[in-house]
Amino acid sequence: MNIKEIQVPSFLRRAFNGRNAAISIPYLWLLLLFLFPFVIVLKISLAQPVIAMPPYTPLFSWGDSLWPKIQAGLDSYLFLFSDSLYIKAYLSSIKIATISTVLTLIIGYAIAYSIARAPTRWRGILLMLVILPFWTSFLIRVYAWIGILKTEGLLNLALMTLGIIEKPLIIMNTDLAVYIGIVYSYLPFMILPLYANLEKMDMNLLEAAADLGCRPFKTFWNVTIPLSLPGILAGCFLVFIPVIGEFVIPDLLGGTKTLMIGKVLWGEFFYNRDWPVASAVAIIMLLLLVVPIIFYQKSQEKAIS
Amino acid sequence: MKLIIKSLLIAIALTCSAQIAVAEENVVHVYNWSDYIDEDEQVNANFTAATGIKVVYDVFDSNEVLEAKLLAGGSGYDVVVPSAGFLARQIQAGVFQKLDKSKLPNIGNMWDVVEQRVEQYGPLNEYSVNWHWGTTGIGYNEGMINERMENAPTTSLAMIFDPDVVSKFADCGVHLLNAPTEIIPAALAYIGEDPSTTDAEVLKKAEPVIEKIRPYIQKFHSSQYIDALANGDICLVIGWSGDIFMAQYAAWDAENGVEIVYAIPDEGALMWFDQLAIPKDAPHPDNAHQYINWTMDPEQIALATNWVWYANGNLASQPLLDEELFNDPAVYPTPEVLEGLYTVPTYDAATQRVVTRLWTKITTGY
Repeated sequence: MNIKEIQVPSFLRRAFNGRNAAISIPYLWLLLLFLFPFVIVLKISLAQPVIAMPPYTPLFSWGDSLWPKIQAGLDSYLFLFSDSLYIKAYLSSIKIATISTVLTLIIGYAIAYSIARAPTRWRGILLMLVILPFWTSFLIRVYAWIGILKTEGLLNLALMTLGIIEKPLIIMNTDLAVYIGIVYSYLPFMILPLYANLEKMDMNLLEAAADLGCRPFKTFWNVTIPLSLPGILAGCFLVFIPVIGEFVIPDLLGGTKTLMIGKVLWGEFFYNRDWPVASAVAIIMLLLLVVPIIFYQKSQEKAIS
Repeated sequence: MKLIIKSLLIAIALTCSAQIAVAEENVVHVYNWSDYIDEDEQVNANFTAATGIKVVYDVFDSNEVLEAKLLAGGSGYDVVVPSAGFLARQIQAGVFQKLDKSKLPNIGNMWDVVEQRVEQYGPLNEYSVNWHWGTTGIGYNEGMINERMENAPTTSLAMIFDPDVVSKFADCGVHLLNAPTEIIPAALAYIGEDPSTTDAEVLKKAEPVIEKIRPYIQKFHSSQYIDALANGDICLVIGWSGDIFMAQYAAWDAENGVEIVYAIPDEGALMWFDQLAIPKDAPHPDNAHQYINWTMDPEQIALATNWVWYANGNLASQPLLDEELFNDPAVYPTPEVLEGLYTVPTYDAATQRVVTRLWTKITTGY
């Protein structure tokens, strides 16, 4: 029997041709791994906490009536605004994420720039060195910083042996330690997009600028930086977005005063066992991130066109 | 594409068959606290040798993590070890099954004193048996404390809650457990209020007490203090007895000259219990009963106790314990001290929220 003889409705054939199937994979991915979990979290955020398994009320309950009774409320969201803690935690997370992103950008740009301008045979090795830390678990690398930064740690020991300081610096368990941890951990995410951008930059443009009498620094400021803007944006978003919800670094390196929304969310979920409020915190965080994400999308579209 | 689908199908088939194989296997899945059994897990090996049941032993490090898994359901564990307060609430939530005492002939070995204390949390003895228990007290670095203060009141909560005293130790590092249900009752005990209270108004009285000493506390964390104490990075902590003994042992093992001491405060201390229980959806409840019965065998529990250096709830095992351990009043308190130990009941949701909010205010200042 010839396969072609089987009658398949045309809309199905259209839906399942190779091209559409290939395009549908990322959508399927989004649907399964983003939208579906998001709807579950949204659903929990509309429920009430109870002592049960699972610890929140069901969205639908079947009474005597034919239709299910919907039990949903915005109580959890209202609660977030009744206590200034949550707003302060969001603002504090945004502040920490912004400062770390700027620091990461400054350091990351310098590194990416020097790698991109290094002799070709060195670039691979240098880039490898940037990625190398990923071979070790993230958690272990953060723990290693405890060993470096603590009062009796390597840094203080070195500085005191060299006679630079007399009393050990208190860095561990402060916001400074959190910034160091974040900048260190997220640096590769800044370097890689910047490098990709700087590496393919047309050197003729720089030569032209020099020929026309432009000083190196001015060239850098007026030519290199504007041309690398897409790389800067990509790097900044790759750092800013995950840092907002960061939990591990402030928990391990930060002091008690380090307020971040990730820690607040953890407390709601684990200490208060209030899954609805924890979910509401997560949903609002997502909404906060949607703004920079849309901004990023727009800039990407512009870069492509 | 076809190849991918084919390999995917094979992978799924393999996973399924592996799972079926596990279900038919003679195993018991145990989820216990980290560092909470003898070093080589001999207790488990002996169990397998005696019964032929394989023990899959996983560990966790906080009640909260265990609870989140249990409340979500389908954890796949047969035996878990929550602390009494958490267990009481989880029983309310319908997480656990009642123990079938006919399958637990060793239950006569258990210590009635511990069973009575556990009962203060609710009908816990119907659902669980004790694994180990301990106290929440003061751990300190003897050398560093003596250096900074002569005749420091090391057996009093004044070490922590008196600003004049604790301020002397701020420079060598003071940690408190990041656990409101441990520290707030201790603050109440210090000012002479009932630490077992569930009255939100009384609980709030703890805030100014901790607020005053807040500037001298380097960190609120529930596990970092073990290493920090052992290495001499901090000198004073309110922590769990066994953890502080672990720090003591680590310092001794490292021969770094650090001497760690644990003291039960004169004002009383929180007594906590870790209980073996079987979730309702346990895949192998019969094996779970056999395992729990095995842990109530005096010789087996003594193996674990002599290593973890906590007290256990097994009366028959006491002659088998390391003498140094059993005679240490910081581990097995004298009857008088035992009298002064308190338990903290489970807070209802509203009180819990007050306590957590209070704690956030205390720890972060917000």
